[in-house]
Amino acid sequence: MITRLLSGDLPRSRILAALLIMIVLTLACAPFLFPGAKALNVAAKILIFIVLVASYDLLLGFTGIVSFAHTMFFGIGAYGVAIACSNLGPTWGALLAGIGLAVLLSTVLSVVIALFSLRVRAIFYSMITLAVAFAFQTLASQMSSLTGGEDGLNFSLPDVLSPSYQLFERPLFGVAVDGKLITYYLVFGVTVLLFLCMLRIVNSAFGRVLQAIRENVFRAEAIGYNTVVFRTAANLLSAIFATLAGVLLALWLRYNSADTSLSFEIMIDILLIVVIGGMGTLYGAICGATIFILAQSYLEDLMARGANATQDIPVLSTLLSPDRWLLWMGVLFVLSVYFLPAGIVGKLRMSKR
Amino acid sequence: MRATLNQKSTDEVTVNTLIGSINRVLRKIDLPPLLLAPLLMLIGFVAIGSVSTWVTLTVAGLAMGMIIFIIASGLTLIFGLMDVFNFAHGLFIAIGAFVAVTVLGALPQWSQAHNLGLNLAAFGVAALAAMLVAGAAGVVFERLLIRGVYGQHLKQILITMGGMVVGQELIKMLWGPQQMALPLPTTLGGSYVWGDVAIEKYRLLAMAVGLIVFICVIVVLNRTKVGLLIRAGVQNLDMVESLGYRIRRLFIGVFAAGSALAGLGGVMWGLYQQTVTPQMGTQVNVLIFMVIIMGGLGSISGSFVGAILIGLMANYTGFLLPKVALFSNILLMMAILLWRPQGLYPLADR
Amino acid sequence: MSAPLLTLNGVHTHIGAYHILHGVDLHVPRGQLTMLLGRNGAGKSTTLRTIMGLWRASRGQIVFNERDIVGTATADLARSGIAYVPENMGIFGDLTVRENMLLAARKAKRIDDIDDRRLEWIFSLFPAMKKFWQHPAGKLSGGQKQMLAMARAMVEPRLLMLIDEPSKGLAPAIVTNMIEAFRELKKTDTTILLVEQNFNFARQLGDTVAVMDNGRIVHNGPMAALAEDEMLQIRLLGLSLAAHQ
Repeated sequence: MITRLLSGDLPRSRILAALLIMIVLTLACAPFLFPGAKALNVAAKILIFIVLVASYDLLLGFTGIVSFAHTMFFGIGAYGVAIACSNLGPTWGALLAGIGLAVLLSTVLSVVIALFSLRVRAIFYSMITLAVAFAFQTLASQMSSLTGGEDGLNFSLPDVLSPSYQLFERPLFGVAVDGKLITYYLVFGVTVLLFLCMLRIVNSAFGRVLQAIRENVFRAEAIGYNTVVFRTAANLLSAIFATLAGVLLALWLRYNSADTSLSFEIMIDILLIVVIGGMGTLYGAICGATIFILAQSYLEDLMARGANATQDIPVLSTLLSPDRWLLWMGVLFVLSVYFLPAGIVGKLRMSKR
Repeated sequence: MRATLNQKSTDEVTVNTLIGSINRVLRKIDLPPLLLAPLLMLIGFVAIGSVSTWVTLTVAGLAMGMIIFIIASGLTLIFGLMDVFNFAHGLFIAIGAFVAVTVLGALPQWSQAHNLGLNLAAFGVAALAAMLVAGAAGVVFERLLIRGVYGQHLKQILITMGGMVVGQELIKMLWGPQQMALPLPTTLGGSYVWGDVAIEKYRLLAMAVGLIVFICVIVVLNRTKVGLLIRAGVQNLDMVESLGYRIRRLFIGVFAAGSALAGLGGVMWGLYQQTVTPQMGTQVNVLIFMVIIMGGLGSISGSFVGAILIGLMANYTGFLLPKVALFSNILLMMAILLWRPQGLYPLADR
Repeated sequence: MSAPLLTLNGVHTHIGAYHILHGVDLHVPRGQLTMLLGRNGAGKSTTLRTIMGLWRASRGQIVFNERDIVGTATADLARSGIAYVPENMGIFGDLTVRENMLLAARKAKRIDDIDDRRLEWIFSLFPAMKKFWQHPAGKLSGGQKQMLAMARAMVEPRLLMLIDEPSKGLAPAIVTNMIEAFRELKKTDTTILLVEQNFNFARQLGDTVAVMDNGRIVHNGPMAALAEDEMLQIRLLGLSLAAHQ
């Protein structure tokens, strides 16, 4: 039954399977295991990034297309919820309307970009998506009446999901069962659902055609597949899942701004995670996102302490300063591309033999 | 009378020779793309209305375009010759700009003097230093990061992005994360005013430098054997090797030269904005890529035309419709790609 | 009989996952024109490219002028006297005919350094080269491009020429022109390995012939012998010579 659930795509490595189970269980019980707002925020961020990075892996790992516009769809999802709830009030209807419009916009944009850019060379595609993402970010910042500009939008969600809502009077296992908890489990449930859905897609006949196209476009065309249609479909699916990840982000934060969901730093984070985790595996998104976001959230503290401890040693102290976190991530990223081309998941799968 | 009928007049001979030369030049040049810039200027004039505003904006656009060209020229050669997708080109822009901050900061007697000669000297030293440091950084970058991933485009994109992140962080480490001021040397600031029209002096300098770079690049490419090798290599690397040239040795030189040009562009861009930030490379990256896509990978004249168009477009729309400025450039790029999907001057064999 | 200029022993080539050459054994005698024939996809072009170092042989030996050249860089091979004219001609379209020739004349720093008599000889064989001297090579017709490709190979004396299907897609009149040029070339001391599908072309020029099938040499011998044996022709090439007109 597990095999059917995972669409036949098993971890294929004991260590990996153990790691994944551990991650999933920890995330499932996070509110009870780690008290405190920060821990829950980290857990939620991990969940959201799992969906976001997996949707990117769908495009990069399975079709070989490098798009820099992924954050745009992420932002559309987040803004969809934000704008709808800000303007139409915190109701389920508004929420659904926002989600629906966001998905619609993403659909249109992804198809337009795909159709246009697949006429031109692959490298042009990457650059065009870069330009479009930047333009979109600028636009979102400037259309302040709609998007709240630099300050962003604060909004409320339907009652059940608001922090002040209490489902049970007494706390469960020491944790208050409020809207925040409900929202967390909503995010968790949707993440699991979306991930299994993506797993299904890449292991279907459709997914296999995508892989064939990634290996050799000419041969795929020669066999008779309309590669433009398939690649457009891949773009579309990837965009929609990213949009849904954005929806989850907005649900969790109850806030959105251009920096929160559209910034280029997020795009870099996605790239780092997908490479370190393992391209073309989807499980890489789970492992990579967990490691990366844990590091991002907690390593800085560690580094600050390290910097304090080595205060008197000049160069070392600067290198360990928490501001240098991205520097080390960048170095790790470059090393991963060179030495771990298949990422952590790939390495684990290979070392099994 | 019979005799003169058979003898062409010297005027006719001169005209024929002239026509012959023009024909030879025209044969080599693909005319339509060159008409795009004047066309855009015309449209701009109609849209803007006022002559003085139009002149100011056009000069600004041309100056900006020249600076973009300086940066893009290096990258288009790197793409075209080495088939390397260097997404970190913006890094060398930032390096150049920050070096200029340091150099100009160290020469206040020159840059703050009310003497055009000293100011230009300060500018010259800063530009030279920037080019040297950026070029050296390019050599290091190529050795460390690009060497191992020739021919693997996906990895190149990823590694150069990673390299850019690391590089920007190093800049933050050396100069601090905030933006810094890069003031123009005294006599280079201000404008010339003719009636209603104000033209910033610096923009004229930018245009001059851009033209000099353009001419130098064209001369090297067309009149030297190295240039010949580069032009041939951009079209068909295997064939150049089959003719007996170890062309891959040129790669590091081209990469260094391209990075040095980016450094020079960084100095110019920084002076244009009068501030520099560690992320300025990322921002300019997008414009550079658009220029190269529009111009055709590997084509110097293509990047020249593309850069001018982007510069003009950015300034015209910045005035007319500020909110859609960046989008207007994307629309321009898409329009050109619909006309010529490989760019304005695509190269034969790719 | 002097040793062959070029010998291939058990050469295998893999391109990615594809095993194209399955142990090629070939002798190319000095000073003669050897024809390499075979059906489409037999591996003829791959053989030339392997010799030239553009693909690396995964197994076997290639001996040129008594040196094993497997693994030698393409540029170094060209410098030691091998000229290669690929199937797609390798013309630099954006460069003028003049610039193409200048590049090919490696020892020349400027166009004036090229031996005048050599240039005159080339112009006499390919008058179009002189006529379109300052034109971008991309504007030439297919036949003229092929002539330019040959002219480049001929601009300096070479020890060995590897030529891939020079007559492909050319009008018969131009093919005749080509045959003339090759006859002239044979008068010099150049060894030529020529891949062809047009057997008529081959028969008029070839001294030796080798036939390839499925990545192996299945016949190697004097052209005269093959030309007389119609059964052998049908067996090797699928058609008799009479059909190749």
